[in-house]
Amino acid sequence: MEQDKKFYTLIVFSENFAGVLNQVTAVFTRRQVNIESLNVSASSIKGVHKYTITCWTTEEQIVIITKQIEKKIDVLQANYFTDDEIFIQEVALYKLATPVVIDTPQVSEEVRRHGAQIVEVNPTYTVVTKKGRTEDIMSLYHALNQWNCVLQYVRSGRIAITKSCIEYLDRFLAERRESYETQKKQKANG
Amino acid sequence: MEKQKITGAEALMRSLEHEGVTTLFGYPGGAIMPAFDALYDHKETLNHILVRHEQAAAHAAQGYARVSGKVGVCLVTSGPGATNTITGIADAMMDSTPIVVICGQVGASMLGTDAFQECDLVSVTQPITKWAYQIRRPEDVAWAVSRAFYIARSGRPGPVVLDFAKNAQTELIDYEPETIDFIRSYVPVPKIEDEAIQEAARMINEAKKPLVLVGQGVELGGAQEEIRAFLEKADMPAGCTLLGLSALPSDHPLNKGMLGMHGSLATNRKTQECDLLIAVGMRFDDRITGKLSTYATQAKKIHFDIDPSEINKNVVVDLAVLGNCKDTLSAVTALLKEQKHTEWIESFNEHYEEERVRVIEPEIHPQEGPIKMGEVVRKVTEMTGNKAILVTDVGQNQMLAARYFKFTEKRSMVTSGGMGTMGFGLPAAVGATFGAPDRLVCAFMGDGGIQMSIQEFGTIMEQQAPVKIILLNNNYLGNVRQWQEMFFNHRYSFTPMLNPDYEKIASAYNIPSETVVERADLEKAIDKMIHTDGPYLLQVAVIEEGEVLPMCCPGNDVDDMLLEIK
Repeated sequence: MEQDKKFYTLIVFSENFAGVLNQVTAVFTRRQVNIESLNVSASSIKGVHKYTITCWTTEEQIVIITKQIEKKIDVLQANYFTDDEIFIQEVALYKLATPVVIDTPQVSEEVRRHGAQIVEVNPTYTVVTKKGRTEDIMSLYHALNQWNCVLQYVRSGRIAITKSCIEYLDRFLAERRESYETQKKQKANG
Repeated sequence: MEKQKITGAEALMRSLEHEGVTTLFGYPGGAIMPAFDALYDHKETLNHILVRHEQAAAHAAQGYARVSGKVGVCLVTSGPGATNTITGIADAMMDSTPIVVICGQVGASMLGTDAFQECDLVSVTQPITKWAYQIRRPEDVAWAVSRAFYIARSGRPGPVVLDFAKNAQTELIDYEPETIDFIRSYVPVPKIEDEAIQEAARMINEAKKPLVLVGQGVELGGAQEEIRAFLEKADMPAGCTLLGLSALPSDHPLNKGMLGMHGSLATNRKTQECDLLIAVGMRFDDRITGKLSTYATQAKKIHFDIDPSEINKNVVVDLAVLGNCKDTLSAVTALLKEQKHTEWIESFNEHYEEERVRVIEPEIHPQEGPIKMGEVVRKVTEMTGNKAILVTDVGQNQMLAARYFKFTEKRSMVTSGGMGTMGFGLPAAVGATFGAPDRLVCAFMGDGGIQMSIQEFGTIMEQQAPVKIILLNNNYLGNVRQWQEMFFNHRYSFTPMLNPDYEKIASAYNIPSETVVERADLEKAIDKMIHTDGPYLLQVAVIEEGEVLPMCCPGNDVDDMLLEIK
């Protein structure tokens, strides 16, 4: 069972109603799957929210979880993906002790080597930001941490867009619009 | 002329009437008082049944919904009133019963302040409802009520909670009725796929030993005629789940009995022999499948269901046929060849015969010793012409009633299947009498379960609800006792029970009653119960250490059934 586990990214679209997030996360709790990261934001469609959720689980479980999330009344669509099916991005912030950064040239070397950016420097601390995949962000963290200079570190949840040429949500919404129109016509015709 | 503004509470009453509600079950209290005040002016159209505990309101609404096919409605107050309904809400979720529970809530300005009788009901009920919504403004009443009823009754039915803040009940609005029959994000009935219909027909046409599992989906989808046509055309034997028992007449030649833990020997054994298992509107509960890893592994499987999330949830199937089974069954039936599976169907007989001799006869026709539970059930069903509605509580009374009661009419089985809620029976039976006022309602219960809702004698008395209560009294929590006997070395830990004088209790509530101890008196007593107008309590002193058999022990293969306890 353990070896069948894979890293999945679940992309969920819902109406912007209070309480949907609770319902989505409760499905994971109930099936005893830990959420690794969760990002929620407004989508490109007005009134529709997009959730990007990652977890380690089996395909059997992720299928059930996806269907159970999609079953929630205010959820429009849920789909799961493996990493090869999506473009992924994360962002991290590192707050470093400026005196250590000045005394240790290797620190700024690591920042440059990882293609990170310095966004703030003052006598007390220096803020570095890096976007990329989890492993790149973690790699910079470990590199910086060996110099004992990291005061704070935070990594965002993953955001992702699909590689597929089909936009599943658009298709779903178009289908629903069509059903609505058909239903309206049927009602008008009695 | 300027339109007259009305309160949110009045808007609730008008919205309920707009939804066709005629009956509701409830209990007033602080935060729902404006709604009850509005109800006072709608007494002619909205028949409110005052229960004696809010849990009973939920179960009564369930009983009402299950027999009528309409949405059951509860109206209760905030805090404890609301939390008392939770068992019923969870029960309705498990058993796909359409109910709308409307609870009072503190005013919107007090929310989150731990105000008197405040409880975050939406958060509490989200996991056990199809939809839970808090109405904080009177402008939302018409929309929320209509949406609630649409969600509760459409697709796979289920419970909806409306948490109704007090200010939204008292503030004024211009009311316009709303009818919601479309929600963009909600697809109640999946689109039928033609390939699935064709493939199902092909698989059934090729099958030599098909077995059909009939679930409650058939009742909920109103597909009782369609399932018969489907079975008869291809000559396929069927077993019914607990909640699907009245979807197919008990004496139909293709109905081979109940499935699962206490089901019939033949259907369970044949599950492990069939070459095609066709599940219709059922969810492969563990009480049906026994050990999952060995369940019908030899068979191809087709699953007809309205809920895509049920497919491959417990049992992985070869083909899913999504849609309302009323439509999918008739579409598949049109493509079926007329067949005869005589030899396969006849092969059920030897198992039936074995069960009849070793289990059924000793249970329903014992010659001596104390009265048995199955014996009472069979007598009652026979004397009502197999036309009554059966309501059960939970435990041995439930399993034996399910095994030996017979059904000729649809929507006649009201029991707590998924949740197994003790205390369900009495209030659900009250609800059933309002949902099907022209039918006889027989409620079987044990001495444990009856006491969990015994306060409902008050509702029965006040409403003169014609519930025929058959109390199978064995002075034990019988089902747990049986498990203690079988799996806990006869250590009867807190299952023997000292009982009150139930006839005295009934008499305090003015409910006529009789107690039967001798077998010879049973028939006459049942006859008197049936022919007494209004409610009646028939207490039968049954064998103390009675058993429900056959039994597929938990975790065992479904065909590994005990016929006796050694």
